[in-house]
Amino acid sequence: MKITLNIWRQANAKAEGHLERYQLDGVSEDMSFLETLDMLNEQLTTEDKEPVAFDQDCREGICGMCGVVINGAPHGRYSSSVPTTTCQLHMRSFADGAEITVEPWRAGGFPLIKDLVVDRSAFDRIIQAGGFISVNTGSAPEAHSVPAPKLESDRAFDNAACIGCGACVAACPNGSAMLFTAAKITHLAMLPQGQPERYSRVKSMIAQHDAEGFGGCTNIGECASVCPKEIPLESIAQLNRDLMKSLFRREGK
Amino acid sequence: MTPVATQTLTVHQKAVRSSVAMKVLMAVTGIFLILFLLMHAWGNLKAFFGPEAYDHYAEWLKSDILYPLIPKGWFIWIFRVFMVACIVLHMLSAYLLTVRSWGARGRYQRKDRRSQTFAARTMRWGGIILLMLLLFHLGQFTVKLFLTGFTATSTPYQAVVLTFSQWYMVILYALFVGTVCFHLRHGIWSALTTLGANTSPAARRGLNYTAIFVAALLFAGFMAMPVAVLFGGIK
Repeated sequence: MKITLNIWRQANAKAEGHLERYQLDGVSEDMSFLETLDMLNEQLTTEDKEPVAFDQDCREGICGMCGVVINGAPHGRYSSSVPTTTCQLHMRSFADGAEITVEPWRAGGFPLIKDLVVDRSAFDRIIQAGGFISVNTGSAPEAHSVPAPKLESDRAFDNAACIGCGACVAACPNGSAMLFTAAKITHLAMLPQGQPERYSRVKSMIAQHDAEGFGGCTNIGECASVCPKEIPLESIAQLNRDLMKSLFRREGK
Repeated sequence: MTPVATQTLTVHQKAVRSSVAMKVLMAVTGIFLILFLLMHAWGNLKAFFGPEAYDHYAEWLKSDILYPLIPKGWFIWIFRVFMVACIVLHMLSAYLLTVRSWGARGRYQRKDRRSQTFAARTMRWGGIILLMLLLFHLGQFTVKLFLTGFTATSTPYQAVVLTFSQWYMVILYALFVGTVCFHLRHGIWSALTTLGANTSPAARRGLNYTAIFVAALLFAGFMAMPVAVLFGGIK
């Protein structure tokens, strides 16, 4: 395949950025999108040019490190027929001769570092604010000693699938990280182990979400339609319910 | 990262001031305004029962409600203060959330957004247009500052009939009501889901249909009378 890539190049956070045009020949349709970027970088390196910086790690769609906006959609969601991360998007999703625009996640909460790399440590700080349960370590307790209802545990698992890639923020017209925060809230709120800290958790995670400069949710739904892990929009309503309830409780006063 | 001024707030205080709490305020005030609109549209249909019925209804709104529990004429003022408070709080939360969003959103060279509806995309500017049309509407029929074909001493019935006998007034009114209904298409769904009603994909569909149904119902309810006036059904 022959493709044309328009890639956002920006030397650092303060530099002016621009879209740079690259031609690639001999791209296999079985290559992943990241392998195509690898190929481009090899080409740039042999030409003694600066390679394109992009984030990646596991390349099997489970770590949440990769993620770029491809043709206007995070992870190239609308080029692919299935929800996927950038590393699992394959070139067969594009036509021969296609022109593809590649941009970094853009949001106030995700400052740009270089080219396609953004700083997503805001997500880590939201997790640190309450996205955990406090237990004394020791030998693993007997699993059946704490019954978890089937429906709730299913919802917990569905939401635990969130890999924190940030596609929801990149897609959001408000730059809101509400789907991410809601996935974490719902995951822990559905399990018995998450109950003791349920209402202090929602308060502190929302406080941190807002402090990180993310926008508010306006229930548009762009986030859920690009999510590679199909976190449902309903999770945000769960977060809203928990937050409203928490405002009438003493936790965190 | 964290603004210095908020460092002294407790987690609870931060949650009370959070974007989610602000959205809840916007949703609750919005729902009060929607309930008012439903009542208003229903009341307007009195025009189909003739001038006496309509003028008597208009008079009742300003005098007898809740009498003798409260003195005559008090209710309308309590109600007006409540409505203005709802509008002010609705706009204040919208303003604060908009400023936050404008600081947080990213600007792309190329973007492909497929889930947003036209209604969702136009909530903010639509709301501002709506406010200006509302001020005109109140100036027209409540304060009687803009006399569109009637005089300051006209009865309420004469005022609407004389106004809506002019086709361009009906178009302006349709524009006003249409803007309201577009705002509500996203607003009803959004308010209910902010309050936590979006519990499943089926609930999500239900909420969206509810929003479309209520918006369409309001449009029909409000437009029935002016259209009837224009085409001579009400004289």
